Amino acid sequence: MTDSVEDLEIQLLLEALFGRYHYDFRNYARASIKRRITQARQNLGFASVSALQASLLHDPATLAALLGYLTVQVSEMFRDPSYFRALREKVLPHLRTYPSLKVWVAGCSHGEELYSLAVLFREEGLHERTLFYATDINPEALRAAEAGVYPLDRMRKFTENHQKSGAKTSLSDYYVADYGRAIFDKTLRSQVVFSDHSLATDAVFAEMHLISCRNVLIYFDRPLQDRVLGLFRDSLARQGFLGLGAKESLRFSSHAEAFAEFVRDEKIYRRREP
Amino acid sequence: MSADRPRAVAIGGSAGAVQALLQILPALPHTLPVPVLVVVHVPPDRENALVPLLADRCRLEVKEAEDKEPARPGVVYFAPSDYHLLVEADGSLSLSSDELVHHSRPSIDVLFESAADALGPGLVAIVLTGANQDGARGLLAVARAGGTAIVEDPETATASVMPAAACDAAPGAAVMSLDAIAAHLSDLGTP
Repeated sequence: MTDSVEDLEIQLLLEALFGRYHYDFRNYARASIKRRITQARQNLGFASVSALQASLLHDPATLAALLGYLTVQVSEMFRDPSYFRALREKVLPHLRTYPSLKVWVAGCSHGEELYSLAVLFREEGLHERTLFYATDINPEALRAAEAGVYPLDRMRKFTENHQKSGAKTSLSDYYVADYGRAIFDKTLRSQVVFSDHSLATDAVFAEMHLISCRNVLIYFDRPLQDRVLGLFRDSLARQGFLGLGAKESLRFSSHAEAFAEFVRDEKIYRRREP
Repeated sequence: MSADRPRAVAIGGSAGAVQALLQILPALPHTLPVPVLVVVHVPPDRENALVPLLADRCRLEVKEAEDKEPARPGVVYFAPSDYHLLVEADGSLSLSSDELVHHSRPSIDVLFESAADALGPGLVAIVLTGANQDGARGLLAVARAGGTAIVEDPETATASVMPAAACDAAPGAAVMSLDAIAAHLSDLGTP
């Protein structure tokens, strides 16, 4: 397909975003990033992507607004309860054998997955020995994750998911309701490092026993997916675990042989011996 | 047929769409020279039972779309439940977890708009029966990009809201019965 003017504008916008601010979206799957950019352009009131680009280059406030459109994912706590059940029943028995644990939630967005894991690890008696890393490229998302506050009307779904994951406690044990908001217990994040980290440009920073990165890879093109899977391989301890989203897999990756399928249906993999 | 050879068919439907697809897809020849991409609204927590249902009845291969998979001719790809399905410029398929559109994920608009963008005049898009407005905006995008817009006749559709909305949004769309749609698609391979 020949590139339209708009495709060229989008290419240039992504170059500008990288050149000016070092946010690298150039290897994001183009169809969805284009949809988001179009949405941002319309809602921010720019006549063209080029006009948005001009503002982006000269006004950092436009960066924050644009990042909101390009990165924020609305997720659920315990999304796909069977994934968390598999962690609970099949992965945690292995993790239990370590005296201390490191868990990385890569692309943590607003923290739904992080708090799910924190609750799960507490229920299973592993929370005290675990250091969590929650990373994202969007500073506002990281702030929201660190705050751990969600609209109260989302708790019904979160609670239902939690119960289906094999819950040993009630989710309401972990938050207080306050004026339509659910504020999560801050001790859940007493051992969480929130950090800016880009899967597209940054490197290994610690050795992990579990990496959970769900519905992030689908936003990347194949070469970037491959980079990230290589990064995960290099970040995992021997026999460490990697959990992906329900529709993500290692099947097409050049790093596939570095991992063994551990719970096939839940896309949980285990690092082979190097 | 226009000078631009069709490169893909995209179909969207909601209430009543399973029956409609059971009438269209099994009628298509295994030699169909294009991929067929399908979005049907189903409850988010249910596994996609449509794939095995239709696989048993079709001459075409029927499967759930996988992320970054090249779309091959003669294969029917269903959007997985709880994911949007999009088409990339190189004709491969992407999934996304982006917000719901018209309270739906997958959304027909998301598929149609991305496919129109990627394939332009090479896209044939069809809106089937349904009880909401999803697909109307997408069909307009298809028509504007020079693609072929088709709508199931609202008079005979199980639920008329969706096809009627699509007709309103894209007034140039061809209105057809399910049999006519099946016949039209079957002819895509014939020069």
